Amino acid sequence: MDKKNSISERIPQWAWVLISLCVAILLWYILSINPKTARSFPFIPTIFEALKTVLDRGILAEDFFSSMLSVVLGFSLGFVTAVPVAFLMAWYAPVRGILDPWIQFIRNIPPLAYVPLVVIAAGVGRKPQVIVIWLATFLIMCVTIYQGVRNIDNTLIKAARVLGAKDGDIFVKVIFPATTPFILTAVRLGVSVGLTTLIAAESTGSMAGMGIRIRSFSGSFEVAPMLLYIIILGIIGILCEKFIKFLEFRLTGWQERREE
Amino acid sequence: MADNIKLKIDHVEMIYEGRKGKTVALNGVDLDIRENEFITVVGPSGCGKSTLLNIIAGLNKPTGGAVYLDGRKIEGTGTERGVVFQQYALFPWLTVKKNVMFGLKLNGKSDAEAEETAMKYIKMVQLEDFVDSYPKELSGGMKQRVAIARAYAVQPEVLLMDEPFGALDAQTRTQLQAELTRTWQEEKKTCFFITHDVEEAIILGTRTIIMSARPGRIKEIVNIDLPFPRTQDMKMTKEFLDLKNKIWGEVYKEYLEVRK
Repeated sequence: MDKKNSISERIPQWAWVLISLCVAILLWYILSINPKTARSFPFIPTIFEALKTVLDRGILAEDFFSSMLSVVLGFSLGFVTAVPVAFLMAWYAPVRGILDPWIQFIRNIPPLAYVPLVVIAAGVGRKPQVIVIWLATFLIMCVTIYQGVRNIDNTLIKAARVLGAKDGDIFVKVIFPATTPFILTAVRLGVSVGLTTLIAAESTGSMAGMGIRIRSFSGSFEVAPMLLYIIILGIIGILCEKFIKFLEFRLTGWQERREE
Repeated sequence: MADNIKLKIDHVEMIYEGRKGKTVALNGVDLDIRENEFITVVGPSGCGKSTLLNIIAGLNKPTGGAVYLDGRKIEGTGTERGVVFQQYALFPWLTVKKNVMFGLKLNGKSDAEAEETAMKYIKMVQLEDFVDSYPKELSGGMKQRVAIARAYAVQPEVLLMDEPFGALDAQTRTQLQAELTRTWQEEKKTCFFITHDVEEAIILGTRTIIMSARPGRIKEIVNIDLPFPRTQDMKMTKEFLDLKNKIWGEVYKEYLEVRK
């Protein structure tokens, strides 16, 4: 954007990623040798040692699969419920009138706050974890898809109708493709919320999981594996986001999009 | 021959019940449109011309009166009446070719048949180099050409156009006017064309309807007896200028009336 800095414009995107990584590692290094922060930020070799330890003990794989199972189950339930509810809200005023205030209300409560309630209601184990993630992903996806359905350009529906489309055709050939971008955005936000809710979900007293393990490492001051887990969570998040962005590009490349 | 009435608008009335009481959008409009006439409609905003078009299209139901096509009462949309909207209303997720094929496929044409017909009309609007482009890659004028091809492709008997060139720049508009008259001469249809532009109404129309607002009704009907093919040079002839003065005078009075 800024014209005066022409050198920065000539550096390709991938190089910026590299530069950013170097800056972060440098900063990390400084934190790791500064006596005040050294304890909280062990440097890369220590992290690799921690990686070896958790792999040898077999807990990383166990935690990873446990967490992913909760996220995948919760997200899937969230998705299959959010889509119909969002469409019903967009089309039927009574559904909208009854549900919308509560969706807005619950959406603004941090999941961690209602975790105890879920545990009391559903007991401990996998169930409350899935319920918490389900609830959080449902809310964000429902709101996003609902907005999308509401924003469909009415002239497109009219245009289809005058070309001979019946109600069923309009749903399949107009409403469905017109909402696809919003559904994909909802999926991206839903996955992100699913991952960020993980820690709250696993505080329902689960036996294994990325989130609960971070807590137990923290309890025993095992900083290196804790930092490792945090980094892994970040990597999972960014990989999911990149994958969904790729899907968006493939499926909804027809959209008029503004430059990001 | 002159009695071959294609569309009969019989005392059409449209009254909206709003919170501030009744709004009379159309107050008993009567009009007979003969086969292959090119009717242009001018009038101030709020004179109900778009409402009338939507009623003919079958998108809105009048509160009184009815419209008859070949003597049959119009109820709902039908492919014998095509519509071109001001905002193009192309399906952004379909290519030019698929947009033009949209109506053909809905009406049970095979892929091969639909493609053949679509290509014929894409050639007619001279967009054969853009068959696989998405709407976002086209200019406004090109988008409207696609919309015209799409409307023509389903071979309607009546073509309804709601200020189709209103959003285009002056040069593009002139060019599309010329193309539309040429197309209409090649493949005659009964046309109902709404515009704000008096010159456009004269250069395209065989009859121009002047509507008045509050309540919306037909004020005057002017026969446009200029010979075809119509050219831009005609805009300098005395006959054209006389018509323009006459129509513009009437329309201007209506604008003043609305301002009161």
